[in-house]
Amino acid sequence: MRASTVWYTLKQGIKNIYRNKMFSLASVATMAACIFMFCLFFAVVTNFRHMVDEAESGVTVTVFFDETLTAEQIQAIGTEINARPEVDYTEYVTADEAWAEYIEVYLGGNEELAEGFKDDNPLANASHYIIYLNAVEDQESLVSYLETVQGIRDINHSEPVAETLSGFNRLLSYISITIILVLLFVAVFLISNTVMIGIAVRKEEIAIMKLIGATDFFVRAPFIVEGILIGVIGSAIPLTGIYFLYTRVVTFITERFSILNNLLDFVPASELYQTLLPVGLALGIGIGFLGSFVTIRKHLKV
Amino acid sequence: MITMENVSKAYVEGIPALKNINLKVERGEFVFIVGDSGSGKSTLIKLLLKELEPTSGKIVVNGQNLGRLRRRQIPRYRRKLGVVFQDFRLLKDRNVYENIAFAQRVIMTPTRKIRREVPKMLSMIGLAEKYKSFPKELSGGEQQRVALARALVNRPDILLADEPTGNLDPKNSWDIMRLLEKINRTGTTILVVTHNREIVDEMKKRVITMKRGVIISDEKEGGYIYEG
Repeated sequence: MRASTVWYTLKQGIKNIYRNKMFSLASVATMAACIFMFCLFFAVVTNFRHMVDEAESGVTVTVFFDETLTAEQIQAIGTEINARPEVDYTEYVTADEAWAEYIEVYLGGNEELAEGFKDDNPLANASHYIIYLNAVEDQESLVSYLETVQGIRDINHSEPVAETLSGFNRLLSYISITIILVLLFVAVFLISNTVMIGIAVRKEEIAIMKLIGATDFFVRAPFIVEGILIGVIGSAIPLTGIYFLYTRVVTFITERFSILNNLLDFVPASELYQTLLPVGLALGIGIGFLGSFVTIRKHLKV
Repeated sequence: MITMENVSKAYVEGIPALKNINLKVERGEFVFIVGDSGSGKSTLIKLLLKELEPTSGKIVVNGQNLGRLRRRQIPRYRRKLGVVFQDFRLLKDRNVYENIAFAQRVIMTPTRKIRREVPKMLSMIGLAEKYKSFPKELSGGEQQRVALARALVNRPDILLADEPTGNLDPKNSWDIMRLLEKINRTGTTILVVTHNREIVDEMKKRVITMKRGVIISDEKEGGYIYEG
């Protein structure tokens, strides 16, 4: 194709937006509203997921060993545990480290009380592995496995916490998928209606083009350029808006409700936008492209 | 140039708009197609434009069998035809220059060539000074001249005009017909569908008369057939 044709197509796409100002405005507004809702929902869900992930990372399984086991045998079991697919990483705590931690946590300020046990560690058999999981849902299968391992005396884990978190995770996934599908459906419906009105207005123009020998591509290309541009503008506006809104809201909450800072750990805007920016733009461009491509198709049969 | 063999077209099954049309138009001919409303004149033009498919029969234009033309070949075929409509069908949001240039854009003519050829067409139709005007700023006659320029700018082999004077006063109608005659003298085959008795009677061209989908007369230097 000639460069002049490409340039002409681009120019026509831009001119179409200007020529049909009201229609373009309606399309951009519809697109922006839909993508705004999507971004807002995405930000909320991402933060929820982030907080659940944080909570999940604190869920561990602790294993204690039989008194008769040597340090080498304990380490061998540790290596086996580390090889399990459910395990992210493990932390080995020796008996001395366990006693030191006990003193720090329970006898803080009264360390002299522990002096009597200086040469006789009361937690001599308390060396253990703290196991961090890949996903909280894996806890059950790991515990079942650990129960079969010879030499393990005790397994500490919290089933209710794991169940609550994995249940919450599942619920969050279902809600996310449902809301995203509903939003997408609404967006495509609204935008294809708007595009349809715009194209109906230009039905005659399309028919004239076809009758004087324009190819489908030549007729379609400016509409697609127009759709993509509307998509870019329609997604850039809510993406910018949400960015400022998000940073303001996060700053407001962390400053005003500092008491909640330990509970609410927000995802930084820059991190959120690593996903939201390409997804939002792709959504806008995709809907703009598809909306114009599909809607114009039925008017090309002249 | 144009051959139609036993061509029939029915929009609704059993009610034909054209019945067994046999027609031959030679290169460089000027032909009027006349008849009352519903006689099948516009259907004939639409078949030649490949806007419609015949129910039966064979149409050959410029050596091309239209029945064998694939959908993607239609644009290339149409570029060899010029077409003018009663309602002008100009692009309302583009000025005179852009409307004429548009026919060349469609066939991907280089911009330099467009800049050379559009002014020539503007002079031919006598609207050089109005190249920046938009359709709504022009009279009906001027709009039809622009449509004619758009139809001719790519030098088509055949010009199809469907009621080109239908919306014009007598003076403008004659202006358009004189332009068509001038174009015909350069070798372009011209088919004009019209109701204009005065023009048909005066121009003494080949006249094909249609009635209820059938050709009822075909005269070399004919006139409008008056029926009571």
